[in-house]
Amino acid sequence: MAETPTTYEREPAGVHPPLDFPDYRSTALRHPREPLVLLPHGLTEITGPRLGPGRIGEHDGDLTAQHAGAPIGERIILTGHVCDTDGRPLANTLVEVWQANAAGRYRHRDDRWPAPLDPNFSGAGRCLTDREGRYTFTTIKPGAYPWGNHHNAWRPAHVHFSLLGRAFAQRLVTQMYFPGDPLLAPDPIFNSIPDERVRARLISRFSIERTVPDWAGAYEFDLVLRGPGQTPFE
Amino acid sequence: MSLTPSQTVGPFFAIGLPWPDGPLVVPPDTPGAIRIGGLVLDGAGEPIADALVEAWQADPQGRFADLHGHGGGSSLPGFRGFGRCGAQDGDGSYEIVTVKPGSVAGADGLPQAPHIDVSVFARGLLNRCVTRIYFADEDQANAADPVLARVPAPRRATLLAQPVDNGYRFDIRLQGERETVFFEV
Repeated sequence: MAETPTTYEREPAGVHPPLDFPDYRSTALRHPREPLVLLPHGLTEITGPRLGPGRIGEHDGDLTAQHAGAPIGERIILTGHVCDTDGRPLANTLVEVWQANAAGRYRHRDDRWPAPLDPNFSGAGRCLTDREGRYTFTTIKPGAYPWGNHHNAWRPAHVHFSLLGRAFAQRLVTQMYFPGDPLLAPDPIFNSIPDERVRARLISRFSIERTVPDWAGAYEFDLVLRGPGQTPFE
Repeated sequence: MSLTPSQTVGPFFAIGLPWPDGPLVVPPDTPGAIRIGGLVLDGAGEPIADALVEAWQADPQGRFADLHGHGGGSSLPGFRGFGRCGAQDGDGSYEIVTVKPGSVAGADGLPQAPHIDVSVFARGLLNRCVTRIYFADEDQANAADPVLARVPAPRRATLLAQPVDNGYRFDIRLQGERETVFFEV
């Protein structure tokens, strides 16, 4: 068993978006106003759940194979590494994704956007990273869709990612975007990350090497979770 | 390597994240199993229907079902230590089935009062909000807890789950009057 951290680094300011971000209207009544209290990392924060193969169903890694027929849309491979800020791969860690279909519609009761549902697409996937920390999904490229945040607001195409990491301190939920999307520039959620270079970490890159000839295009998206702390707290 | 930034879980996570057995931190027939639940509320006092609540905790002996056996692994049969609640037809409430955790060492190795780490995700939350459930009937342990000691005294009560039939009630107020204390992890 590899040596595991007994404390994690503090996240640098300016990486995560602020909880109060008026351009994203739903933050108004949902962001805490009181200052956060610093939580030193004890056992509860440096441990994390064992969620392994039992969480993964047969077709969870292939979102195009979960129904009788193939979903409509541009078939893609979505792959990348999960590691910590020290570059150490996170093997056997649970990666969960969910997304809209090719028309930009989620299979969710509350999605009222009148684009068609696809009977062959549920839009959710799970896998475990391999020994090198790599995850791979087969899916279709999601569509953009309007949302009610402001006049003529459109979400850029995106795939939601959820990572447990190895420790409570590493938990991350984020969204992956596609390169060259003109809807990124006006998107308040993407732009809630203040630094343009940090924002760019959420944009996948097209990978000709990972494409499957005569079958699927490919996008690469690496995820980096926080690494070990340099010194024990205090 | 540079840290990946967070984004909101959005309103439609229920197509991917909830598990049928998600709220079961322990198998429901575990001796001493209790229910801990409550509401997640916004700054207007309205329940947040599209909230996802996750819990992570030690077993009654203070041991975790973690990946690495930090502090010695839990031997409680079926103990997962992790719970997740959120639904497509959510009403702003959550509930986990669990056991009361034991004392766990803090950052300085000193014992902490029984607690559960909680992450709250929702549309409108660009990053998770982290809080802790402590137990209102653990006066002595709470008084000596090094994390509670960091919380301004008038706000500590927001972290105390109140005993009810079959378990405890713990409401999470994201904003406003009696706003729950949230932590920087």
